[in-house]
Amino acid sequence: MTLQALLSGQGLMFLFFAVAAIASGLLVVILQNPLRAALSLVINLFSVAGLYLSLNAYFLATVQVIVYAGAIMVLFLFVIMLLNMGQANLNTSYRGIRTVIAFASAIGLGGLMSAVAVKGQRAVMLPDETLVNGSTAGSVEGVGKVLYNPSLPWLFAFEWTSFLLLVAVIGAVVLAGKRQQSSEGKA
Amino acid sequence: MSIPLNYYIVLSMVLFALGIAGVTTRRNPILIFMSIELMLNAVNLSLIAFGRYLGDAGGQMLTIFVMAVAAAEVSVGLGILIAIFRTKDNVDVDVLNGLKG
Repeated sequence: MTLQALLSGQGLMFLFFAVAAIASGLLVVILQNPLRAALSLVINLFSVAGLYLSLNAYFLATVQVIVYAGAIMVLFLFVIMLLNMGQANLNTSYRGIRTVIAFASAIGLGGLMSAVAVKGQRAVMLPDETLVNGSTAGSVEGVGKVLYNPSLPWLFAFEWTSFLLLVAVIGAVVLAGKRQQSSEGKA
Repeated sequence: MSIPLNYYIVLSMVLFALGIAGVTTRRNPILIFMSIELMLNAVNLSLIAFGRYLGDAGGQMLTIFVMAVAAAEVSVGLGILIAIFRTKDNVDVDVLNGLKG
């Protein structure tokens, strides 16, 4: 049953993006050059966006590409190049036995969580389509209808997210901005 | 024939474990940030998968907030990194053991 599921059109799409996501995620962890690791992360984010599409989360797949693969990764690449970390001679070398222990515990944790996910299987039937007031849950209309519904808890959190982003902008400017020297007039 | 929910959850767990491996082995703070992004993405994937299979739109809403928090975290974190790099030449997390700017 499971193999048959993977050989359908939807299954092949899942298989393709899953393999791409795991392979590029592995490259993010093992590549020595920060620039190449960042570009692998872009591939990983695109693959996860594809998986969002297979889960009917159309709006979030778009947001994933625009915000994560676009804005956040540009920020990463900008800082890598600003700090001149493009060379491979950076201090990314591994730490011997600590690396072995870290990888072993990560594999153990991943295996344990996967085993729980497989073992705790309940027959979860895939619903045809989640509808929100008549529109698909993953579309822009469906997301908006849930997010801006005053009787649901998300609207309050959404408003406070704007405050969070304001604090982050101010914090980034204060932290990364030029320190004003007392002898100089303007910085 | 549709894909079982477990496949998405196991994939999400594998990506999360990869992120943990990255955070614990990397010495460069930027690479540690990227591993954290990997872990956040794994969690987002499991949230969306659960939301889709349980017929609840709340999973996608939580994902939106995780994305907003991740963007805020990255901007502040990279700002701290630039501030550290301005005072010290080294950005090895094993060497950066003082809180004093």
